[in-house]
Amino acid sequence: MKKLMNDPNQVVKDMLAGMVAAHFNQIKRLPDTTVIVRKDAPIQGKVGLVSGGGSGHEPAHAGYVGKGMLDGAVCGEVFTSPTPDQIFEAIKAVDSGKGVLLIIKNYTGDIMNFEMAAEMAEAEGIKVAKVVVNDDVAVEDSTYTTGRRGIAGTVFVHKIAGALAEQGATLEEVEAVANKVVKNVRSMGMALTPCIVPAAGKPGFELGENEIEIGIGIHGEPGIEKTQIQPADEIVQILLGKILDDLKLENNDKVAVMINGLGATPLMELYIMNKKISEILKEKNIHVHETFVGEFMTSLEMAGCSISLLKLDDQLIELLDAQADTIVFKK
Amino acid sequence: MTFGVEQAEKWIITFNDKIQENKEYLTELDQAIGDGDHGLNMARGFQETVNKITSVNYDDLGSLFKDVGMTLIAKVGGASGPLYGTAFMKASLALKDKKKADVKELVEALAASLDGLKTRGKAQVGDKTMIDVWEPVIEFLTNSETIQPKELSVLSKEKMEYTKELEAKKGRAAYLGKRSIGHIDPGAASSYLLFVSLAEVFTGGELSS
Repeated sequence: MKKLMNDPNQVVKDMLAGMVAAHFNQIKRLPDTTVIVRKDAPIQGKVGLVSGGGSGHEPAHAGYVGKGMLDGAVCGEVFTSPTPDQIFEAIKAVDSGKGVLLIIKNYTGDIMNFEMAAEMAEAEGIKVAKVVVNDDVAVEDSTYTTGRRGIAGTVFVHKIAGALAEQGATLEEVEAVANKVVKNVRSMGMALTPCIVPAAGKPGFELGENEIEIGIGIHGEPGIEKTQIQPADEIVQILLGKILDDLKLENNDKVAVMINGLGATPLMELYIMNKKISEILKEKNIHVHETFVGEFMTSLEMAGCSISLLKLDDQLIELLDAQADTIVFKK
Repeated sequence: MTFGVEQAEKWIITFNDKIQENKEYLTELDQAIGDGDHGLNMARGFQETVNKITSVNYDDLGSLFKDVGMTLIAKVGGASGPLYGTAFMKASLALKDKKKADVKELVEALAASLDGLKTRGKAQVGDKTMIDVWEPVIEFLTNSETIQPKELSVLSKEKMEYTKELEAKKGRAAYLGKRSIGHIDPGAASSYLLFVSLAEVFTGGELSS
């Protein structure tokens, strides 16, 4: 394992120290926590938005703390949900009295820790609502199982719910629009190489020289199948095909597209993916309102990408276009 | 046979020793069907727990288990923190102010832990989770008049190994569907270590398995 680090057990602390040192004009860290909040938190008259999860997905989620997106991000150990006491600190720090929306990716650990934090906050009289993002179509959706994972589509929830909160909407309204995004966003990913959790010291799974994994999760969870490397156009057809089967778009529908690098993917390759994505959508007469290409939710040094599609209506377009000023996402 | 503060501390310390010994093994199990953090999280959390409980003199089981539960909830994260944390918090409520527990009281506390686990994790027997070890073990203990260490150890091992046959319905392994079959559930494996540690408290030494 070769990584730029000092101690595998200190990577999150060291990262947060460096992040705050770089962006002290926009964010601050709550003392003795792994919580990053807007420097001006809590914002009076505004619903607070808190997200978080394991670290290793940078810029998610602390990179989205700022005007028009999140008020707070709780950073767990690498690929490990943060603990309820930390989430509770974030909730207290961003609540202006208007309530706090928790944006949670659908993983068993995240759900339990955020639920326990919500119970602690409610016991102190803070209004809390929760939205669970489950955009990954590589996983079967079923009420009897854990259900779909939350991956890069979560960033659209931060953007759109954050924009509505910035306008002074109520907690119920912000929760409703967040759920509307969840209902209309689908994603799917693939990996070319695995990633190494610093404290584990070796890859979480193996891929042969010419092997790729279709449907990979952002923690290296195995996907739908391992297969041989194929031309980018064919990989797009598999990923986008599965997304379109599920999202059921119609002629003239409008979408936002996100092509997300998983950590070690050259931008060149992401643009190559988008060539075919844009061709397929054009053929189907689906209008692309905006395409986001870059790293939005990574998986340490994994090479590979995910594609996300968000079906838009007038309200979602207005909120997607609204101003945002965070460390990594600006509009 | 009584279970007092000394025995409870021994249980947690023995469990932590086994977790540290098996850290790599638990991580490997979790890498096969989860996200590979179970061994690391349990090792970090229970080391903190042992540091905490060995620095305090406890008068009763309730306050000892409360510190165990609170430390796990605050230090572990992931899924195992809230689950093991909830289990010990429930046991602490059941044993509030008790200096000692007889077998019946101890088993009732463990049954309360099991209820807490099922509520927090929303899992049932057959979902390929720690419940597949916990529920049959608690049922066995409820129907026994004494704690039979050898039987407890054998049963929890057998139930842990049986999770290999199951298809995961809960937890991160559920994403794999049928591909989860053939692997032992990491939470069931750590639960097995928990019950073997309890069995060893009652034999006063290491059980051969």
